[in-house]
Amino acid sequence: MAIRACLGLMILLVFSSTISTALFEDQVGLADWHQKYIGKVKHAIFHTQKTGRKRVVVSTEENVVASLDLRTGDIFWRHVLGKIDRIDQVDITLGKYVVTLSSGGSILRAWNLPDGQMIWESILQVSAPSKSLLHVPANMNVGKDNLILVFGGSSIHALSSTDGQIVWRKELSTNSLEIQQVFQPHESDIIYALGFIGSSEFVAYYVNYKTGEVLQQSKASFKSGFCGEASLASDDVVVALDASRTYLVSISFRNGVINFQQIYIPDLIPEFSGKATLLPSKYNGILAVDIASSIVLLRVKGVNELEIIEKINYPSAISDALPLSKEQQAFAILQHDESRIHFKVKFDTDLTSEVLKETIQMYGQRGNIEKVFINNYMRTDRTHGFRVLVVMEDHSLLLVQQGEIVWSREDGLASIVDSTTSELPVEKEGVSVAEVEHSLFEWLKGHFLKLKGTLMLASPDEVAAIQAIRLKSFEKNKMTRDHNGFRKLIIVLTRAGKVLALHTGDGRVVWSVLLPVLRKSETCGNPFALNVYQWQVPHHHAMHENPSVLVVGRCGHNFDAPGIFSIVDAYTGKVHNSLVLEHSVRHIMPFPLTDSTEQHLHIVIDDNLHAHLYPKTSDSVKIFLDEMPNIYWYSVEVGKNIIKGYSLEIKGEQDMAENVFQPKELWSIVFPCESETIALTATRKMNEIVHTQAKIVADQDVMYKYISKNILFVATVAPKASGEIGSATPEEAWLYAYLIDTVSGRILHRVSHQGAQGPIHAVVSENWVVYHYFNLRAHRHEMSVIEIYDQSREDNKDVWKLVLGKHNLTAPISSYSKPEVTVKSQSYFFTHSVKSMAVTATAKGITSKQLLIGTIGDQVLALDKRFLDPRRSVNPTQSEKEEGIIPLTDSLPIVPQSYVTHALQVEGLRGIVTTPAKLESTTLVFSYGVDLFFTRIAPSRTYDSLTEDFSYALLLLTIVALVAALLVTWALSEKKELREKWR
Amino acid sequence: MGSSRGRSLVLFTLSTLLLVSIAGGFQSDELLQDDEEFGLEGGRPAADPALSTPTRPPIRRRPDPDLLSGSPDSKSVQFSLEHQFGGSGFFPAGTFTARLKSWSHGGQTLTKLRFSRNALTEEEKGAFERLLKEDGYYTIRVPSNVLTAPGRDFVVSSVRARCIPRESLDEHFIIHTDGVNIVAVNYGSAGACQYPRMLKYPAKWSFTSFTVLKNSEQAPRTPTFAEELLAGEDGLGEGVKPPEKSFWAKYWMYLIPLVFIVLNAMTQAMNMPEEQTAGQSTQAQRAPSTTVRRR
Repeated sequence: MAIRACLGLMILLVFSSTISTALFEDQVGLADWHQKYIGKVKHAIFHTQKTGRKRVVVSTEENVVASLDLRTGDIFWRHVLGKIDRIDQVDITLGKYVVTLSSGGSILRAWNLPDGQMIWESILQVSAPSKSLLHVPANMNVGKDNLILVFGGSSIHALSSTDGQIVWRKELSTNSLEIQQVFQPHESDIIYALGFIGSSEFVAYYVNYKTGEVLQQSKASFKSGFCGEASLASDDVVVALDASRTYLVSISFRNGVINFQQIYIPDLIPEFSGKATLLPSKYNGILAVDIASSIVLLRVKGVNELEIIEKINYPSAISDALPLSKEQQAFAILQHDESRIHFKVKFDTDLTSEVLKETIQMYGQRGNIEKVFINNYMRTDRTHGFRVLVVMEDHSLLLVQQGEIVWSREDGLASIVDSTTSELPVEKEGVSVAEVEHSLFEWLKGHFLKLKGTLMLASPDEVAAIQAIRLKSFEKNKMTRDHNGFRKLIIVLTRAGKVLALHTGDGRVVWSVLLPVLRKSETCGNPFALNVYQWQVPHHHAMHENPSVLVVGRCGHNFDAPGIFSIVDAYTGKVHNSLVLEHSVRHIMPFPLTDSTEQHLHIVIDDNLHAHLYPKTSDSVKIFLDEMPNIYWYSVEVGKNIIKGYSLEIKGEQDMAENVFQPKELWSIVFPCESETIALTATRKMNEIVHTQAKIVADQDVMYKYISKNILFVATVAPKASGEIGSATPEEAWLYAYLIDTVSGRILHRVSHQGAQGPIHAVVSENWVVYHYFNLRAHRHEMSVIEIYDQSREDNKDVWKLVLGKHNLTAPISSYSKPEVTVKSQSYFFTHSVKSMAVTATAKGITSKQLLIGTIGDQVLALDKRFLDPRRSVNPTQSEKEEGIIPLTDSLPIVPQSYVTHALQVEGLRGIVTTPAKLESTTLVFSYGVDLFFTRIAPSRTYDSLTEDFSYALLLLTIVALVAALLVTWALSEKKELREKWR
Repeated sequence: MGSSRGRSLVLFTLSTLLLVSIAGGFQSDELLQDDEEFGLEGGRPAADPALSTPTRPPIRRRPDPDLLSGSPDSKSVQFSLEHQFGGSGFFPAGTFTARLKSWSHGGQTLTKLRFSRNALTEEEKGAFERLLKEDGYYTIRVPSNVLTAPGRDFVVSSVRARCIPRESLDEHFIIHTDGVNIVAVNYGSAGACQYPRMLKYPAKWSFTSFTVLKNSEQAPRTPTFAEELLAGEDGLGEGVKPPEKSFWAKYWMYLIPLVFIVLNAMTQAMNMPEEQTAGQSTQAQRAPSTTVRRR
């Protein structure tokens, strides 16, 4: 009976959830937060016009062009270009337009500097995407229509800066030409373009600025070849590096006569060894060379004469030159000294003395300086002041002025690689809460205000005060665990190798650490971060210990590069342990098993498919060996189109001693190369909880869900249709969807969609999978659902069998049994293309599910799973309607109120992560891209708690009023009765 | 039409299965309905004692004469099954024979799969027994392309050896094909495999094989909404109405309180018939006076 009542309640809930769960205007920001970032800055251009506010325009590695406030670091405007639209260069023209060159020199755009409106856009015909250069002549007379020159591939385009029209175009008719330097001697109409053809030929072009006519062209070949870097030393000398990077080649090209002169670097700098790099700089007669240990500044005195001016030891950075007047340029040198940074500014005319020398104290984990951009300003005493914009190793951006960090931006958060969550510490007796909570009087005042608001007595000021109280409620920002499980730490790993903990209450960074093992070092030249896992989640045995997370990385982009492990305390960010592994990391399998200290067991599969167990304690090995016969894993070889399943076995004593396990191939699925390529694989979340195995369908019937943790969804597409949409005709395109059991390698279901192609996104949960693709025949995106049901337990519907105990409900299910499954599927049209897909997860899995769809507009849409029910039909019967089946429609509805991100955009959306709260009705949603957005949603509304803005005071007042009324009426009636009796 | 054929097919398979499996626990499921062909070969009916001897020489099944002389758009192909006992290499274990049908649009599909299994040698029997003891994996493989064997690679499948023995060694193959390519072969016991797996030896050391050939099915397309509506209207007349519920089933929730009220009223009426009348009279007296005073 209780079950029935429960089901009744469920149905009621399901019905109630049809009402959209939109927010009211004043609820924005209560449970959600949104942070805007731009990513690691590549270029910065300072706007030096006297009018208007001081701004800096930056372009970043996340393909963002943004205008920042120089005083606060706030974003005035920003544009996130597409994922493939890499920004090559950025500049300012006419003093009012920001010009960006992107997509390998093929797209040139102009943005209005004050507000970021796009002014014009030009698509350039470039033979092949290559290194491209943008040249905006610094013109003295602004009134003239300036031309913007774009050098890319083998052609030059000149565009009008007012409207982006192509004025002239010149094909330099040479293949593999790479223009390195472009410059325009003062007040001349001739542009010098210098570059390399192939790797051994140097070429100089003299081009008429107005017509594009090539006035002169000279070539010369250099037998030992160039490495492709060159730096302009003066108007007629360019210095390049040879192919071995051990010779400096100074090239003079005066009047079209090219001369090479080689200088052996060790002759010049005795301590040099290894390889040199030229730093891109534009100084008069000065050259900056990066030799592994330091930066060396050289003065170019003549064609074959170089002189060392200064050696700056690592770690340090040097800025571009900033022209102050016609003769004078300034540049900044920043040098690390442990936690301090020495900031020097020098003039190129006088290198021995410093104009400015400051020391900045650097707090926090930011690593070394990567880039410096210098800017000058007029001080109050009419002298030159300098400030620098500094890009740090963790991708953060700082502004340094007068020996202080004026502002900093944590822009590493724009490139989150992976994330996990951690519970906060439990509120203990000893910990005083009074520090964070305000006094009783304040509390009363707050509630009184709220009461006024509810009774509509509050003045506008008071309404604002109420809103402010709600927004910065201390309750949600406390550093302790709460009853509902809303307060957590989101631990994110960024591409720079920094781990940050964000508080779910307001998104502030609780701690951050730049992992030392993920920084460039001699042992690990090119480290990059892969994943973050929960390593230790103490809840029973090791309660006094802090939880910790495991960060996994790799030394280089190849699969055979050695792996990196680092274990970080989740409460403090302290690095407990970090090591460079002896083997590579190909897959990581976290196990639900834990050892006696609650450390999760992890299996690392290396490039040779050997399995390594972590933590390497005897305890964990013992636990693992017990479970080993039941451990299966699979690998998807996308390039080879093969999926293979393995078990683990021990071969020999040595393996046993080193805790290395060998793979044993159990099954393989070979997709035919000529008709299918693997496009996507998806699995269920390991920690997903399914509340019920049975689904009650209409007419009191039961269907048993086929719930297996080992379901793998694989989508393959036709090789011809693996490109972009439109690259194949509907006849050439098809999509196969597979459901595979990863223990036995069984294909549980296989279905084809003709005329469909990728990009595919899929989400697997419980017994269903939803996938999104493009239907070429219908010219629309489509979403399909497959639900899989177990037939082998159909017999259990017989009540007598249940009563007599002859059911198999408690029998263990083996993957080796022949599966008896039925599959229901359906397809629906969907308007949007999708960037990412996820599904809500709740603590007990009772609440109905919603799909979270990252749309092309960088918003997150919540779509009820009931819309993707394969049992929807055009005319559902009465009983089906009672069950909550929606009549079949052609396409899925998009309810504007069901956008989780309401009015906000999570620019460059890449991932959506859902975490269950302790409260069954609620899911925490964290979506990341260039921006971060966090909120909590209740797919079936919060049926198990009062809302946060519930007015307790009003309730109390009502009760008091009722009691008073009761007393009064009682007294009155007593009186009346007395009178009656006296009558 | 199609469904009746499918049903008859199921009936046929069911009856065949009943003949073959003595355990009787095996039931057909829906999967078989979609199957191209349900071949049953190498399975020896238990009634025939001559065939059930384990040392029967391997039968090399010859292609049917009708296959050879058959229509030009189909030809017979053979590919071999190989097996492995634990760590050692793969050895031939049997032969699949199928008919390759060429379609006018250029595609080729495999149909009519037959399988003949080689009998186990003594050595293989020993190896299998060892596998059973250590709960090891019995692995089989087939080429991934039936024309250019082994194609790109072998398609491998494994099962815990203890899942196979029942009365004889019961095995079940599902071969997923795509044209002439074999995508996967699912190999396992013919029914359920209990966990924990008990060590059990078969009565007969011979394989009873069931083979199923599967091509992919087309996804059900949502017809455009208009079409669906028309279809819905057509179907409306003949649509089965939900069975009319009984009066009690419909209104029990109203009836029970009603009964309660009636019962309650009755007991009250029986308990205090006199007081009630007395009380009524006093009330009747008091009522007018109050109304008067209010005015």
